[in-house]
Amino acid sequence: MGFGFKIKYTKYIGFIEKLRNNMPEKKKKLSIIVFSGDFDKLTAVFTLATGAAAVDYEVNLFFTYWGFNAIKRKKGHAFTGKGLLAGIFNFLMGGFNNLPLSRMNFGGISPKLMTGMMKRRNVATLSQLLEAAKELRVNFYACEMSMAILGIKLEELITPVREVIGVAKFLKLSEGGETLFI
Amino acid sequence: MSDYVLDITLEHCPMTFVKTKLQLSRMKAGETLDILLTEGEVLENLPESAAEQGYQVLSVSHVNGNIHKVVIRK
Repeated sequence: MGFGFKIKYTKYIGFIEKLRNNMPEKKKKLSIIVFSGDFDKLTAVFTLATGAAAVDYEVNLFFTYWGFNAIKRKKGHAFTGKGLLAGIFNFLMGGFNNLPLSRMNFGGISPKLMTGMMKRRNVATLSQLLEAAKELRVNFYACEMSMAILGIKLEELITPVREVIGVAKFLKLSEGGETLFI
Repeated sequence: MSDYVLDITLEHCPMTFVKTKLQLSRMKAGETLDILLTEGEVLENLPESAAEQGYQVLSVSHVNGNIHKVVIRK
């Protein structure tokens, strides 16, 4: 009986310790589903992500569909991905260096003009924000389904992308925090 | 005199907070940081946010014009 009691007691102490250890460490959390591949919307994504990480939030970015244009290793129009169609599609979509503005893109001139304005006004550019996100250890995840459609492998994505995940894992990661769809 | 000085008077959101966070992450516990910043959003929110994250805000003082100094201990 004494032995049984000891086991129960130890379990109980373990539980209390766990609670005590977990409580103060529980971080605030921001998770963003990065759907858009637009220059301005991605600027919003990375502004929120870096701002939140800077005030100690855990930040999870889940890249899907057009959002992949921000994380492909090839930054211009390049034939990437498995298969002819995927190659053509990726070529047409382009990458980080030719993200369009969601309004008034004017054939890709506007994002360049806007980057110039950001520099002149001392506002962080999209690439500076991306670098800051890496430094602040924002978590980058790639959508498994989008990768299958586009025929892209993990090696074809920039290094901060740490894992290819699906909806179930994303829900688990974002649980208990704020979630945005951009 | 603090161990480090960070001038974010020319920065805007979110880099004001990002640069502060990165500077603090490079410092050892107990070291102090002088942050020079301008009036407005950053002055209103940065000291409070630093305190919330467990840093010690030692002082907030006016330097000149619209520039203020916040001293933080890690």
